[in-house]
Amino acid sequence: MTAISTARPVPRQAARRRRPRTSPFAMLFLAVLVVYFLTPLWWLVVASSKNVQGLFGGTGGALWFDRNIDWVGNIRGLLTYDDGIYFQWIGNSAFYAIAGGLGATAVAVLAGYGFAKFEFPGRNLTFALLLGSVMVPLTALVIPTFILFSNMGLTDTVWAVILPSFLSPFGVYLMRVYIADAVPSELMQAARVDGASEVRVFFSVALPLMRPAIVTVLLLSVVANWNNYFLPLAMLNNSSLYPVTVGIGLWQSLASSNNGGGTSLWNLIIAGALVSVIPLIAAFLGLQRYWQGGLSLGSLK
Amino acid sequence: MTAVHSSAPAEVRRPVARRGGGATRRRQAVTGWVFISPFIVVFAVFLVAPLGYAFYLSLFTNGLATGTQFSGLANYVQAFQDPSFLRGIGFVALFTLVLVPVQMAVSVAAALVLDAVTNRFARFARLMIFLPYAVPAVIGALMWGFLYSPTFGPLESIFGLFGLQAPFLLSPGNIFGGLINVVTWQWAGYYMIIVYAALQGLDPAVYEAARIDGAGPWQLALRVKLPMVANSLVLILVFAVIGTLQFFTEPQVLRPIANGSVTTDFTPNIYAYNLAFGFAQFNYASAISFALGIVIFIAVYLFLFLTRKRGSVFA
Repeated sequence: MTAISTARPVPRQAARRRRPRTSPFAMLFLAVLVVYFLTPLWWLVVASSKNVQGLFGGTGGALWFDRNIDWVGNIRGLLTYDDGIYFQWIGNSAFYAIAGGLGATAVAVLAGYGFAKFEFPGRNLTFALLLGSVMVPLTALVIPTFILFSNMGLTDTVWAVILPSFLSPFGVYLMRVYIADAVPSELMQAARVDGASEVRVFFSVALPLMRPAIVTVLLLSVVANWNNYFLPLAMLNNSSLYPVTVGIGLWQSLASSNNGGGTSLWNLIIAGALVSVIPLIAAFLGLQRYWQGGLSLGSLK
Repeated sequence: MTAVHSSAPAEVRRPVARRGGGATRRRQAVTGWVFISPFIVVFAVFLVAPLGYAFYLSLFTNGLATGTQFSGLANYVQAFQDPSFLRGIGFVALFTLVLVPVQMAVSVAAALVLDAVTNRFARFARLMIFLPYAVPAVIGALMWGFLYSPTFGPLESIFGLFGLQAPFLLSPGNIFGGLINVVTWQWAGYYMIIVYAALQGLDPAVYEAARIDGAGPWQLALRVKLPMVANSLVLILVFAVIGTLQFFTEPQVLRPIANGSVTTDFTPNIYAYNLAFGFAQFNYASAISFALGIVIFIAVYLFLFLTRKRGSVFA
């Protein structure tokens, strides 16, 4: 992946430096896009600094700070409201995202290696089924899974959220495309001739070469699980097991029907929304190299 | 671009051919199966089994007086005559037809500009346009809901400057456009990155040739670059069509604040969800979600047929 994504730009940039003209229209277009894509996030930052009075009767308008900046009060509200259930939700989200992501990545690495480096009857059919499965509507999976889990007494447990997220056809696809290119069959063959077992070939020869793709698939599946809404919404009843997406959705419907138990929830919803996106935005900005490589892989085909 | 992929089967075959012999071939097959077996288990347990079970459920009817009875395809006959389901399908179909061109225009234009401009601001813009992908769809819908709201959003004061009444973008007449905006904001950056990555993978020597032939920047972008990334365009179109026909999260999140614009049968997925978890009609809900799956399959197949790329995306 790194080879794919970094090899090309070098000659291109050199070629470009000869003609450094940038159209002002292009820059204007980009500026408009940046404003559009940042406005909701800017609003979130501003609004999360307001207390209830500031939200409903503030002075600065919707897109600017109120005179009274109260991030501290809102965070304290998140920590104390309903015995701090918000941070329980954040913890649940992190646990579901990491456990589900690790499981999905492990399955995808093994399967990607199997699909890319071995020829076996049924390989093409299995892979076609895998690609076709992205067309299956979520409800067509979640409803029967819910009934099956409920017969086994697994609904309303962490397993109901973690186990189904091990299924990641896109992760398998990315690993296959990457491994086909990055792990030379000659190297594997040489190790076999030297007497290495298949397990040894996988762990000592192939696995180290896959590391960048593993990080990509892990990051993408952790993010997908952190953002998941439908599965936990259907599976979980006990609000102390909720991930943050479902929890904030619950708060929002309580607040809309004026059911916050005497407290206005709006400032907590907004502050909670901000806190819940910070880890992901930090991860994406910090790990740019990986997801950019991974997404370019997805488009190679 | 295609080189990466087409090299795969050749590489797999080579060691087998070199060593020859049925024993080696058999050992290869067994090892391959061992490596994909965890995936096969997960696939069977969490995809094939639930789907099979959903299909089984959809063949029964559950009445208060009659109990559960086998009814063959009666649920499907009912589904394709059910005004709620048909209206939902009509809505997501129309939504797809409007959303996909809008989203494609934004993401492809952004990708082409970002491919042509390489300064610090362009790099910053690329990250910012992609940023909504890191925001959960629930939070994205929530933020736009607040921005649309007369109490929390800026629309009231912006329109007030001109002495106008601000529109409520979640009213029954406006929610279509309101949702188009939310979904475009959420996903355009992701599609932009996919197209951008494909553009970066092209050989710049071609541009030089086109320029010598007298192509301007517009011609270069539209007649040279775009046709060369057609595969990625088809890929993101398919993703967009599949995702939009399954529309669920955004309207579901906006429902409490949309004052009745989002009905319980707003989209087929919302309808199936409410039938199952609101009314415990699991049999009919399964039929609805299966019927939606059939519609998606037909839509994707038709689409791939029309673009004649069916061999390249789902090969």
